[in-house]
This record gives sequence, structure tokens and C-alpha cells, in this order.
Amino acid sequence: MVAQVIETNSTPFSRVDVDPITLDIVENALRNARNEMDAVLFRTAMSPGIREQHDAFPLIANQDGKMVVGQFGSFLYGFMQGYEGTVEDGDIFITNDPYSCNGAVSHLNDWLLMMPIFHEGKLVSWAAMFGHMTDVGGKVPGSLPTDAKMIYEEGIIIPPTKIYRGGELQSELLNIMLHNTRMPEWNKSDFFAIIAGLRLAERRVRENIERFGTDIYISAMEDMLDRNKAAMGAIIQMIIPEAVDGKKAYFEDWIDDDGMGNGPYKIACHLHREGEIAYFDFTGSDPQSFSSINFLLNEEMFKMFFGAFTINLFDPQILFNDGFYDLVEVYIPEGCILKPQKPAALSCRTHMLGRIFDLMGGLLGQGAPDALNAAGFSDSPHFMYSGFDKDGDWYQLFQIGFGGVPGRPAGDGPDGHSMWPAFTNVPNEFLEAYFPLRIREYATIPDSGGAGVHRGGNGITIAYEMLEAGEVSIHDDRWLTYPWAVNGGEPGMRSTKRLVRVDGREENIPSKCDRIAVQPGDILYFNTWGGGGWGNPLERDPELVLKDVKRGLVTVNGAKRYGVVVKSGKVDTAATTKLRETMEGKRGEQELFNRGFSSIEELKGRCLKETGFEPPATPVFRGQYARAAE
Amino acid sequence: MSGTDDLIRQYEARLAAFEERLQKIETTGGSATAALSQQRRSGPRGTGLRLGVDVGGTFTDLLLLDEKNGRTFTAKVPSTPADSSIGVLNGIEKICKTAGISTTDITEVLHGTTVATNTVLTNSGALVGLVTSKGYRDTLQIARSFVPGGLGGWVIWNKTEPLAPLELTIEADERMDAQGNVLVALDEAQIRKDLKTLLKSGIEALTIALFNGYTNDAHERRIAEIAQEIAPNIPVSTSAAVMPEMYEYERTETTVVNSYVRPVVEKYVDNLQAELRKRMGNDVLLQILRSDGGLSSAQAAMEHPVNLLMSGPAGGVSGALWIAKQADFQNLLTFDMGGTSTDVALIQNGVARTRRETRVGDVTVRAPSIDVRTVGAGGGSISYVPELTKALRVGPQSAGADPGPAAYNKGGEEPTVTDANVVLGYLPSGAKLGGDMEISHPKAEAAVKKIADAIGTSLEDAAEGIIRIVNENMCGALRLVSVEQGYDPRDFALIGFGGAGPLHANALSRLVGSWPTIIPPGPGVLCAYGDATTRLRNEATQTYVTPVSNTSDAEISRMLKELEESAGQDLAAEGVSAHEQDVFYQIDIRYKGQGMKLTVDVSPNDFARDGLAGVASSFDAEHEQLFTFALDAEHELVGLRAVVQGAEKNFINTEGAKAGKDASGARVMATKMYADAGWHDAYIYDRSKLKPGNEVQGPAVVTEMDSTSVILPDHIGEIDDVGNILIWPTSHNRNR
Repeated sequence: MVAQVIETNSTPFSRVDVDPITLDIVENALRNARNEMDAVLFRTAMSPGIREQHDAFPLIANQDGKMVVGQFGSFLYGFMQGYEGTVEDGDIFITNDPYSCNGAVSHLNDWLLMMPIFHEGKLVSWAAMFGHMTDVGGKVPGSLPTDAKMIYEEGIIIPPTKIYRGGELQSELLNIMLHNTRMPEWNKSDFFAIIAGLRLAERRVRENIERFGTDIYISAMEDMLDRNKAAMGAIIQMIIPEAVDGKKAYFEDWIDDDGMGNGPYKIACHLHREGEIAYFDFTGSDPQSFSSINFLLNEEMFKMFFGAFTINLFDPQILFNDGFYDLVEVYIPEGCILKPQKPAALSCRTHMLGRIFDLMGGLLGQGAPDALNAAGFSDSPHFMYSGFDKDGDWYQLFQIGFGGVPGRPAGDGPDGHSMWPAFTNVPNEFLEAYFPLRIREYATIPDSGGAGVHRGGNGITIAYEMLEAGEVSIHDDRWLTYPWAVNGGEPGMRSTKRLVRVDGREENIPSKCDRIAVQPGDILYFNTWGGGGWGNPLERDPELVLKDVKRGLVTVNGAKRYGVVVKSGKVDTAATTKLRETMEGKRGEQELFNRGFSSIEELKGRCLKETGFEPPATPVFRGQYARAAE
Repeated sequence: MSGTDDLIRQYEARLAAFEERLQKIETTGGSATAALSQQRRSGPRGTGLRLGVDVGGTFTDLLLLDEKNGRTFTAKVPSTPADSSIGVLNGIEKICKTAGISTTDITEVLHGTTVATNTVLTNSGALVGLVTSKGYRDTLQIARSFVPGGLGGWVIWNKTEPLAPLELTIEADERMDAQGNVLVALDEAQIRKDLKTLLKSGIEALTIALFNGYTNDAHERRIAEIAQEIAPNIPVSTSAAVMPEMYEYERTETTVVNSYVRPVVEKYVDNLQAELRKRMGNDVLLQILRSDGGLSSAQAAMEHPVNLLMSGPAGGVSGALWIAKQADFQNLLTFDMGGTSTDVALIQNGVARTRRETRVGDVTVRAPSIDVRTVGAGGGSISYVPELTKALRVGPQSAGADPGPAAYNKGGEEPTVTDANVVLGYLPSGAKLGGDMEISHPKAEAAVKKIADAIGTSLEDAAEGIIRIVNENMCGALRLVSVEQGYDPRDFALIGFGGAGPLHANALSRLVGSWPTIIPPGPGVLCAYGDATTRLRNEATQTYVTPVSNTSDAEISRMLKELEESAGQDLAAEGVSAHEQDVFYQIDIRYKGQGMKLTVDVSPNDFARDGLAGVASSFDAEHEQLFTFALDAEHELVGLRAVVQGAEKNFINTEGAKAGKDASGARVMATKMYADAGWHDAYIYDRSKLKPGNEVQGPAVVTEMDSTSVILPDHIGEIDDVGNILIWPTSHNRNR
């Protein structure tokens, strides 16, 4: 069933020639409109997740639902294919159900709003935006239960529904939705902030049409899609080789566990090109898990990741859009961890989503070694803290952590930064003012970035002192596998979490857990991981190593990983030369990738000693999905 | 939303509790009044000569105003970038000669300066040491964790190093909590020891920015004292004095920027003041234009130079305001286009919009400034066609002043906006560029031809394409200050100035629908006009976070009165007596739970009449205008401010008597202009010969000493009573 678009004007658009300058003008106008959507949202939303961390993403699409400006590609085409109803002027659709929109949003916290834009009785564009709601109900505060086995445990599920009908808010529907969350006021405000962003896009689209005429506007969007396709076509030819003797590029990576004692879970991908088409094949990835770490990966969104990743290397001014989608084929087997079957739980998909970036880098880097980055902070780990304070008032915090950007051809990885677009940290003074928390320390972790010609960025340590009895949930990863290095660099340091109780006892806290009871005075040290190093560390300028030592980013001992001896605040040149010679002699042949282990078995063998935790058990998969692994 | 049920109400109550916590904290914030003192004048005011001085990248412009009779004199001399005070003094000599006065006749010098901005842009500030709280040494290194460039942006982004190097950052063992209570007392012995090492390391300025320092600055002040004991001459900036607001990164960064530019600004202002006193006597009053359009005493400027980052552009906006007043326009978009960048701003009801942050290059600081948006597009912007997309792009690379556009014949070969203007006949070969530079038509053509070849069009169409793209970029900036803020540009006139503004202003008006286009007399020296005509202004602020329902009109009224008195006293000390002072209040307000706030301006009379209810409804209206919706949520006050200004200066601009419409007497020669895809016959006019009442039919080019204006086909330029060219579409109903 395909959505039925109700248009009162049946005149077809005609594709007209758009002169290149008008085209550039429409492009700039739409690009500005997207930025304005963000600006409006951040200013008016209430939840710290959207307002401070910017966990929300807008797009503008053409009349067919193809994204013309935005970040994550368009799901609108898929939505229109699957929606059984009408699309009319004044409608705005809402959904948060990944299974109803083929993974356009990938867990229930993301509320997706889609608005058709009509002009003179015809559908001329779409605007859409999704944002992460702090809470959508379900079994735990924050709605991200690690141990959920079914999506029904994760909160209220809203199938694609008209929340505005003919311009009228369906307030009873909204009321039902808000009634099912722990933070209705935040959700309500965030909801209206997203609506404001969409309305702004609508105004901009109409202004463009008034200025240039409908046919030119529609044709310009087509031209923009074509232009992107031509540019991406050239890029694909440049960086993705054809298979030689049937040999394709292959890369695999893992997330460490499922929070229920099993792991690691593998994602695997083959890449090659045939003619002008790039093929990504995820056959070989593990089947879906029993817990909530599954990630329903939308194929179109994956294409966008690919496009964004490569475009930035060549001409960052190229507008990302859906134009190149025909040039990329993505195959994800049904029932694998990237295409779980309903009703598998999905809430904690953030690790797998982040790991896609490392995987992408590892795959593409093989065809373009100059563009090869190490593994970085491929995650958005969560810290959640909630409870009733002394006065009986409910508090609930959801916070995203930041870590080391990897060493890259472009240079060192920044320390404690975000690899997700637009994300920012929450100021600690804000946290202390609004929540029963004290942030004792907020600092980079020396030596946590992998050594290399270009150093991996350091992870961050945050010391949360709890001021009220409550519960903490944590979703994190890379405690077992390392952020890998490339071109002779060293992997980055893994993540750890340590809880120092008010009475002095210390507890090693696992990477994924819910409902850890905390008391006033308990301090949680949340240590994120560093980025992998790029290139042989023995070739890094010793003066740069010294600078890092003086800045406290590398320790004197850590400088030895670079073969640099620092004494009394200076580089000991003679000792450095000697050390470097010795180390170089022992280095031997370097692999393109340095994972820090030789096999999963070998890694598990030293797990307890290095991490303090028993290694996770090898996952056993449900029969009907096990095939996906083959 | 229709009915709110019990559950939601319950949760709202809980939310309220969070907010209450914040409120408890922020109520302790003090007054952020910048000291307006130290300087005193002896003689009576209003009898002397005011001198406005604007130092630009290429030229230093001066404007002398005689307050008694409204006469003005202007002068333009080359800037002296190595020490810009030399250029200023040269200019003073020149203008006094022109006006036939002695330097001692000048009683006030009002100065807009880009010294602070340039220090940031050229990375030439001081070596700054930083003291943070224990556990927060990496505040600048981590910043807000933000990586620009969208999805995949991290692949190519390299972070610029903090302005206070991490190796020169130390931690103090101390801690305030979010309510301003001392959690950990300051370890004085340790910080004294660490400061001694730090102060010996060669730092030229010191910043102290402690966590939660905005709630209680006792430790910051104590550390500053210790530092001054060790090194009495080091300039020390503390975060609570520079920016008494929440958000540790922003406050630290702002204070560090203050330290970073301080020695340079201090030296410059100090030196300039000494030189002025030598020439004009010890009672000459030097005042510096602040980013927010107010004036700062020389002393305050030296202590809080972070407030001067937009001093230069603020002069242009002030000049535009003054011109607008003379010509009786209330609502204006200002369009100041120079060689490498363009500044735009919005003026409504005779007041420029301001915002509470300032951006310069990669640096963002929390200091109030006129909401000037800058785009990296100007006459020198280079045009190119990337291989991959074949799109025509203009900027942000610029040919700068050296080698400059190809047409300048100084070795530049890349096609710039100026070259496109030459090809189209907008900048005639005979035009002067303020100096003695000659325009080379063949060189411009050769450069633009590269673009024509790359996109396969004629030379003229390529040139017009470049102009349209750069206009579109600038149009984007105009939209940021107008449409994005909820204003319809068609309700505004557009005033074009700066070196290249008058060339593009007519086209920009056409794009955004703002009429008329105003080209003021002497568009190149408008900033100096602004400097000379700015009113004295001072403000006192208090952070006061509280739900509207928890306070009363009487309480707020009392607090505002206190702020008014505090700000007024400082102004009185400057010689502006109470009856010469204008006062208005600013109230920062938001919906409870929101992170942003809006500032509502209200006069004391209106506040007395409508109270907080009036403020709340103004906020709702503005929220709706900005964001398309208003909430039924509770209102929360965030801060109170009283702004006190000196009385308006009125100057009569003397122009010749009204003449007829016929402007042919000002024609210099016939020429050709390319516009809207075709060549047109046109005339070049000499602006100095145009009289009030004259009408210039477009297409036309109007030249004057330092500037060239374009009037497009189907447009008409009328000369108004004060000498502005007002450009309208021929078919436009010219009633304003």
C-alpha cells in the first residue's frame, strides 16, 4: 500500500533548465534553511539532551521524499511506500517505531516528525526532524533497558500517525503519548520545538517558490540530486577498487557484550565496486542478540554515512543528499544484528551505530590508505541518574559521554570530543545547578590516546559525586576490544568505570548495567576510551611529544611509547635516539591494522587479568536467526 | 494542549523543583557594571569639538563635528598597521589643518578600533596563564566537545589550540558549590607556590576562572591578590568580574580572551591617550566604542577589552543610525561591505539589535555586542569552479589588499568580485579607490575569463554570475539578522556603505525587497560618523533567576531603580547630569526550563503601568515571532538591567538648497553597464555635483572621493535633503 497524496491541483511539474547560478542560489537557500531549523530547535527545547547536547537532526526533501539537505538521508520514500492513508496539506506525521519506518529512527526515544509542504494545491517538498526524548516510558528511567528482550519493554510505541491533521493538533493523541513518559514537560516542549523547526522549513520552501517559481524550484532540487550523484560517482571510482580475482575489501569489528554476559558480537562487511556501483555486503555479521543492543540499520542511512565520510575528504562544500543512492547497493541479511526481526529490543543500539563508523573507516581505508583513519570514539555512551530527592521530587538525567577522536591523516585526534555531528557536552556547572550531583573532576586521561605519528585523542574521566540516593544506569563499550590503530600506530586505551563508595569500598562497574543503587557521597569515575594512533609513533617529532608531556596529555612514561626520553622537562636527545633504534629493531613487519590482540580467544584469555571481569560467553543464537551468520 | 491532568501537573511540580535549585544559586550574582570612571573633564561640556576616528585595514577615517553649529569636516589618511596610533595622529593633524582649528580645540575623541579583533584574528595576543579549579585544568582543551562540519566532519577538522596554553594552566585546590558555599577552602600556600612558577614562565597576562566562580568569587579575588603580590604589574582578569554567568567553558574562554587582547589594547589605548593629551591638553576625553554600541572610558576599555571585539563594526552601525535619524528612517538593514568581509545588522525603531555574545574567527565570547553578522565575502573574494561539481563558488578565500584583485594590477591573477565589477562596467576605469590605485580593465577581463571558460559562458555572464553568487552569500547574512529573527526585510530600508557597499547595495535591496537603498554621503567614512555621534551609555546588571509568580512588580521595580541609580551615578561622574539621562530597562526572561532567554526592553513608565505582566506578554509575542509558537508555561526572570544613556546629540547637516530633478549637470561621461544579461548605455555622475532634489536615472554610476555607487536599470536615485542617494525601483511607490 502506498500513501495517497491528496492534491487539489493536478498540473504536473515540468522539468526546466535551471541556470547554474540560480541552482547555486537555491542550494544555499536550502542549506541555510536547514541550519535555521537547528537554531530554532536548540533555542526552544527543554531537555538537556536536545538543548545542550543537540541530539536532533533535520532534513528537507523534494516532493518524492528524497533528501536534498540534511544529514542522515531520507526515510520519507520508505514511509510513503508503507503508510496506508492520505498525505494532505496541513498534516504532520509522527512515529518512533523503528519497525514501521525501516529503521529511519532506530529506537523509541527518537521521535520523528514529518511534514509535507504544499504549494498551490501540490506537494512540493517535505521537512522532517527527529529528536531524542529523555524518556518515553518503559521499564527503566531513560527508556533504555539493557536487559529488554522485546521492544514492548522499552516504552510507548507510536506507529506513523497524523499528529496534525489539516493544521489541527491532535491534542488527545499527544496527551496519550506524554502520559506514558516520566518527563512529560520536557517531551512536550521538545515536541513543539521540533514543530517550530518544521514550520520554519515550510516558510523557507515557500519563499523559494515565490522567488523562482515552482518548476524552477522543483527542477533545481532534481539538479542538486544529479550534481551530487555525479560527484559521488567520481569519488566512488577513485576510492573503491573493483574486486581482483574475486577478492573484495573486508573488515570486521565488534561490540564487546550484550549486558547479559555474552559477547563479543561481530559486524562484518565486504566492499567492492562493479562498474560505477559500490557494493556493501554485511553477510557474516552475527545474528540478532537476545538483549537490546540490536541496531536496525536503514540501508539508505548507511549510504549517507558512506557519502558523508568520503565527501569530507574531497570537497566538503558538496551538499550531501540522496542523489547518489543508485550508485550504492547495501545488503544486510534478515535476522542479523543489523536487521533484527520484530519484536527484538532495540533501545541500546548506540554502540553498534557508532561502531559502523569504525567499520566504514577500516573498509574504505584499504582502497585509499592515505585516507585511512584509526578507530575512534565510535559510540555515544550514556550515563543516567534518577530518583526521588529528599523532598520527594523526581530527578532524571540522561547524559552522553565523549572521548578520543582517532589519529588521522589530517593530524592528531582532538581530546574528549564528539564524532557525532552537532553534539556538545553539558556544562558541569549546569549539571550541578539542576541535578543532585557534583562533578569532582572533568579531565582528559593521559596516555589514553594511541601512540602514533598522529596521536589518538585522549578519553575523558568524569567523577560524578552523587548527592542523593538514587539509581545509575550505564551504557558503554570498548572495555574489551581496543580502539584499533593503523599504519603502524598503537591502539587507544579501553574504557573503565569505577565506583568509590562513600565508605571507601571500590567497585569495578561493568560496561552495561541498569539500576545500580547509589548513596550520597558515592563517586563514579566514568572513564571513556581514547582514539587509536595513526602511523609509526617512533616517527613523531620528539618536540611534539614533549609538548604533550608538558600539557599533561602524555606522561613521561607514556612518552617512551614514542621512543622519547624526557628528563627535567627536556627531550634527552641521545637517550631518545638510542631508545628509538632499539624499538625500531624490535618492531618487525607492521600490519595495516593493529587491533591489540591476535584473536578473540587470545583476548578473552587475558580479560580477567586486564579488566577485572570474566570474559563474556560466546553468544548462542536463536535457531531461526543463526543462518544469518553464515 | 487541552486539559492538563494530575499526572502532568505532578511532574511539572517536580520540574519546578529543579528550577528552584537554579534560582537559589543565581540570585547571588552581582552587578556587572563596567567602571566608567577614572577620567574627568574640567571644562563645560557641549562647547568643544568632537572627533570621531575609525581605523580600518587600509584607511584611517576621521570626522570632526562642531557641536555648536553642526559643521563637519572629514579626512582620510593611510592606516599604519604596525602602530595604528601614528595614522590617527597624522589624521588629526590633517583634519585640524582642513578645519583651520588648533588641536587644543578638540575636547572629545571618540574612537572605534579593530585592535582587539585583529589581535584575535592574527593570533598576536599575549601569552596567557590560566588558573582553574582542581579537576578542571582541561576546560579549554575539551571545550564543548563540539566538532564542526556535520557528519564525518571529524575526518578533516583540527582543533585550534587554546588561547591559554595547557602547559601554562594550573589548578587551585579549592571548590565552591553551585550555591556559592565554600566546599573546599583555598590552599593558599600551594597556589602561591604554583603561581610563583607560573609567573616566572614568561606569561604576559593571567586569567583566574574557577568552577562555580559565578556564584561566589571570593577565591578568584584572593588568588588575584596573591598573584599581584608576586608580580604587581601582571594584568589579572577574573572570570566573575568579566562574565558573571554560568557555563564554565564559556566563562573561562571569555576571560582568557580578555587577558589575551588586554596587553595589546592597553598599550594602544594608553599610548594614544598620552599622545592626545600632549596635543590637545590633559582634559581631552578619549572614549572607545564598545561592541554593543556604547562608549567606554579609556580605563574601562583597558580593563575589559573583551567588550571591544566588535568596536569597529559597531561604529558603522552607529553611523548608519545617525544618518537614518537625519533622513528620518526608523527601520534599517545596514550593509557594510569591505575588501574581505561584509558586516550586516538590523535597526528597528531607531535601535540596533544586540546579543549577549560576540564571535570573532574561531573565538566566541559571552560579551554583549550589536548583532552584527559577518560573512567572509567582500570585493577581494576569489571566485573558483571546483572540478567535481562544476559549481560556481565565491570565497571565502580573498585576494586581500596584497596582491589584491587582478584589476589593481599589483600581481593578482585570481578572479575576484572587484574584477567582476570592472568587467560589468560598475567600477569604471577612471574610478579612484580612495588612493591612487588605477583600475586595469584587461587584467580584470583575463581573470574573469577563467571562470567563463570553466562554466562555459560568456565573459559578461560569468562576471554577473560572480556578482549574483556573492550577493546571495551576503543576502544570507541579511536574512540571519532579519528573517531568521522574525523580521520581514520588506519593512526595512537598506543602507550600503564601506568600500564596496555602494556597488552592491542596490542589487541587495532587490534581493531582499528592502527599499529604498540608502547611500549616505561619504559612505567610506560612515564609521567615523558613528564614532563621533555615539551617545554616552552605561548599564548595570543583576542576575536574578526566579519564577514571575514568586516575585512582585514592587520588588522588581525596586531592584530596577537601584540598578538605574548605580548606572546613572557613573554617567553623572562622566559629566552627564541626571536630567540629561535617558533610561530604559532590559529584562531577561524565558519559559521555565528553557536554556535560552530573550531580552525585553521596557521604559520605566511602561513598567510602572504594566509591570511584569506586560513584560511577560511582550516576551510571548516575541517568542511567537521568533519561533512560531508561544507556550502556556510559566515565565521565569533571568536577569535585570538598567541602561542609562546621555541625551541625544543633534547636528544639522548643512546641504545646499533644494534643486530640480534634472541631474544632467553632474554627468561626467557616457559609459556602458552590463546588467540582467544585457549591455546598457549609462552615465557616470560626480556625486559632489549632485544637489538635493536631483534624480539620477539608472543605469548609472556615481563616483566620489573614496567610493562608487551603482544604480541599476529601471531604478532611480533621488538626492534627499541631507545628501543621501535614495534608490528606488522606477515603478515603486516612493511613499515610505
